[in-house]
Amino acid sequence: MRALVWHGANDIRCDTVADPEIEHPRDAIVKVTTCAICGSDLHLHDHFMPGMEKGDIVGHEFMGEVVDVGTEAKGALKVGERVVIPFTIICGECDQCKRGNFSVCERSNRNKAMADKIFGHTTAGLFGYTHLTGGYAGGQAEYVRVPFADRTHVKIPDGLTDEQVLFLGDIFPTGWQAAAQCDIQPTDTVAIWGCGPVGQMTIRSAVLLGAKQVIAIDRVPERLAMAQAGGATTINFDEESVVERLNELTGGKGPEKCIDAVGMEAHATATLDSMMDRAKQALMLESDRAHVLREMMYVCRPAGTLSIPGVYGGLIDKIPFGMAMNKGLTFRMGQTHVNRWTDDLLRRIQEGQIDPSFVITHTVPLDQGPEMYKTFRDKRDGCIKVVLKP
Amino acid sequence: MAYYDRSSTGDTLARGLGWFSIGLGVAELMAGRSIARWMGMEDKTNLIRAYGVREITAGVGLLALGDPKPWIWGRIAGDAVDMATLAAGMEDNPRAGNARIAFGAVVAATALDIVCAQKLHQEEAAYRRQPLPDYSGRSGFPRPAEAMRGAASDAPIAEDMRTPKILQFQPSGPA
Ligand SMILES: NC(=O)c1ccc[n+]([C@@H]2O[C@H](COP(=O)([O-])OP(=O)(O)OC[C@H]3O[C@@H](n4cnc5c(N)ncnc54)[C@H](O)[C@@H]3O)[C@@H](O)[C@H]2O)c1
Ligand SMILES: [Zn+2]
Ligand SMILES: [Zn+2]
Repeated sequence: MRALVWHGANDIRCDTVADPEIEHPRDAIVKVTTCAICGSDLHLHDHFMPGMEKGDIVGHEFMGEVVDVGTEAKGALKVGERVVIPFTIICGECDQCKRGNFSVCERSNRNKAMADKIFGHTTAGLFGYTHLTGGYAGGQAEYVRVPFADRTHVKIPDGLTDEQVLFLGDIFPTGWQAAAQCDIQPTDTVAIWGCGPVGQMTIRSAVLLGAKQVIAIDRVPERLAMAQAGGATTINFDEESVVERLNELTGGKGPEKCIDAVGMEAHATATLDSMMDRAKQALMLESDRAHVLREMMYVCRPAGTLSIPGVYGGLIDKIPFGMAMNKGLTFRMGQTHVNRWTDDLLRRIQEGQIDPSFVITHTVPLDQGPEMYKTFRDKRDGCIKVVLKP
Repeated sequence: MAYYDRSSTGDTLARGLGWFSIGLGVAELMAGRSIARWMGMEDKTNLIRAYGVREITAGVGLLALGDPKPWIWGRIAGDAVDMATLAAGMEDNPRAGNARIAFGAVVAATALDIVCAQKLHQEEAAYRRQPLPDYSGRSGFPRPAEAMRGAASDAPIAEDMRTPKILQFQPSGPA
């Protein structure tokens, strides 16, 4: 089959590889009909995440048709069914899964020993996302093996297009959880850094969950325009001071809730801390750039909440922890517990409350994937979200 | 926004010049004395070492600090300083021939720097000429955003995702 394969920094290729097979009775094989490139994939492409190996198949946002089911998954899944696959692999039975903390499932990471050593305790297995989280083959491919398939799926009813439901596997629940874990009150101002696909979903979620004011921060004009279309007031950080504007918009008090939908590859206009981050990242003295985190800690209203869906991979430097401690800030973060939210969100899509396909700007065949990684990363051609058709 | 494209021709050239800067900088820093002696300018040893530091900084800037344009202009300014130093050092210098060779090399590097800077600015201009796509209609909502505010306030959000009551901002204080 054809699949997008990681060969090193800035080197993802469309290769012919062996078709996946059932390896365990709980597996299923899905024929991918639609998949997408995520901001998290860019961290792999740019090689900021450790733990990739040459030959790894990437991709964790995908959906399709079940074409083969292992004996133990047969009760839950049938050949021919249409499914979206969440990017977090879940067993559904461990203590964490039972609590709905799916992204930290204790059993789905087959490289648990490595993860235990590096993270202290393992997190869930993920598709196409480094050997630290299981080294499972990803979904930017014609076929995917889905481990724990009896639990790791979302069934899609007829009458909805792939484009409407695809993002149930990652960015829609990610934006939703980012907003939900802020426990938004009708009096709240929610400030969201980053108007990429995750930021866009977060903006819509914050509006639906009833925030008084949603403020979105980025510097890419067309992304800011899309943020505005979703109901946000926008700040272009290349043109205005984020801290000053946020204070102005909140009567000098700062936003109650701050959300980082940027992650470890934050850009900044030439502030000293961001130059230091870039230099240190280049010299491998720190792995992540934390400009957004610092800005959120600074501007957030005391006793407010920081929600961090943006992905970080390792070490960050010069975090004003004393400031955060004294202001009594609450931190919420993590990979998304996708299946915790999908029933409710699927229902909202069916009822027409939201159509997540608004974010798609490019649809191309799978073999154009490698170029589209660059178009997406460099924000060329108005690119916000790329969908691939195997 | 500061525009740059990390896979363009201009950027590839900038990266090449970045590596060149680092190589030259390390050589100037480590072998400053030999280089100065070869050009008959031994009194300038420390100055050449300082130029080495400048080159390394420019190299790191070009390779790792995002938009290469300011660093390329920095290199061009550095080239001018190099040329001035070399020109001044050629008077009364028995090894003026070697200094002239060095001068020629700087001229060649400057030409490349200028080509690179032009290319980078052209690429930015071409990008800015493209019409902005219009996403103002892409709300994702069936009705105006304002009308959707709070439409999902009934969402099932478990207690573990909630802020403890005492920490919530309420106009009248904690309930
Ligand atoms: N927690 C999860 O489960 C989960 C799931 C999906 C994605 N993610 C993460 O969410 C983040 C965003 O993903 P995406 O797909 O939207 O990626 P993206 O790269 O398209 O979006 C990032 C956006 O942030 C903007 N940005 C950069 N620096 C900024 C700054 N200083 N201030 C404000 N905005 C800034 C960029 O211009 C860009 O538009 C990534 O880190 C991704 O890994 C997390
Ligand atoms: Zn993702
Ligand atoms: Zn589990």
